[in-house]
Amino acid sequence: MRIFEIILLLSLVVCAVSVAFMKDLLTSIVIFMSYSLIMCVIWVLLQSPDLAITEAAVGAGVTSILFFVTLKKIRAIQKEGRHEQAER
Amino acid sequence: MSRLRDDYENSWWRRFQGWVDGETDLLAEGMEIRVPGRGEDKPLRGARHEQEKVRGQHNEPAAAPEGSRTVYNGRGIRCFRRFYQVMSVLLCLSIIFVLLWTVSYLPAFGNAGNPDNNEVSARYIERGLQETGAVNIVTGMILDYRAFDTFGESCVLFIASCCVLVLLRIDAAEGDEKAKKRLAEANDRIFEPKNDIILQKCACILVPLILVFGIYIVLNGHLSPGGGFSGGAVLGSGLILYLNAFGFGKTERFFTEKVYRRMTLSALTFYCLAKSYSFFTGANHLESGIPLGTPGAILSSGLILPLNICVGLVVACTMYAFYALFRKGGM
Repeated sequence: MRIFEIILLLSLVVCAVSVAFMKDLLTSIVIFMSYSLIMCVIWVLLQSPDLAITEAAVGAGVTSILFFVTLKKIRAIQKEGRHEQAER
Repeated sequence: MSRLRDDYENSWWRRFQGWVDGETDLLAEGMEIRVPGRGEDKPLRGARHEQEKVRGQHNEPAAAPEGSRTVYNGRGIRCFRRFYQVMSVLLCLSIIFVLLWTVSYLPAFGNAGNPDNNEVSARYIERGLQETGAVNIVTGMILDYRAFDTFGESCVLFIASCCVLVLLRIDAAEGDEKAKKRLAEANDRIFEPKNDIILQKCACILVPLILVFGIYIVLNGHLSPGGGFSGGAVLGSGLILYLNAFGFGKTERFFTEKVYRRMTLSALTFYCLAKSYSFFTGANHLESGIPLGTPGAILSSGLILPLNICVGLVVACTMYAFYALFRKGGM
């Protein structure tokens, strides 16, 4: 269990750093999402399941969706969708 | 006094007021424009001259608005950039250092003599079940001892959704061609495949489970881990999934702006009235008719259950409203 916790904490740090250094905004949002998921598991290990539920729903779910929608609004992830639309 | 009035037009306050009212154009004097097509390694000498040259090369008529001067002095800008980078790294490092330094002064974790192990937490743990009736002490604290904080949090959520409403709302002006075009542009769902069969089948299975789980969390907030906020967030994400799969047409049958307004306002008002009663009368609780403290029974902890439902409604509505406003500028 100790090793598992250490692995989780290390991946948390890796996620946090790589969010900042990622060039692609979409990728960094997905990494941010995984950061929230890891954080959720850590909350469970710290015996606070209510925070884990909130983290999973808000951190990994709603926040990321709002980020995605914002990227779509500012046309940062529109490219592939446009190609598909053009092919049809 | 008269001198002051004479000087009013040029006074600091007048200028500030003009700035607030949007009378002065901040870009009127000119804005910083980087001449395109030039690397950073070549410092430009005559900026205006260079701009003319570029305009001549690309045949762009009036690429820069009239009156804007090109402030692009290569060496100065580069020095500024380097200075900016160095200073930002230094600032970040110093903040990290200060925070770590503060952490080293904190008392050791788990020490019995720590200041947080005082009589308040002891009382919460010992008499929390009797006084609030909530088996889940966290909910008992959030919605009974510290209920006023939670009221503030719900109000913050409501205000946040109001701000998003103000910023992103699009009014459909009747018959106005321009407004209609803008509306269609903002409503980016028209670019999407509307009936994605995989998404719809997954949503058919998942959405009921998610909604039931959210309702379970809200209703059992005082018995098991969870509560209004977590359950409301789960409910909101379930609604967002449903909206994504089946479109606005389906959700508008049961969730319109009117429903949102009524639900949020009634939930907040009920919370406010129920809790301000006990706030004004000095922690005398409103008589709820629900008996306190039968572990395992849903109707067992006084006002905590209705308050949990209120918070859950506010949170779920806010999440859904955020998404709907981001998506099409309306509900």
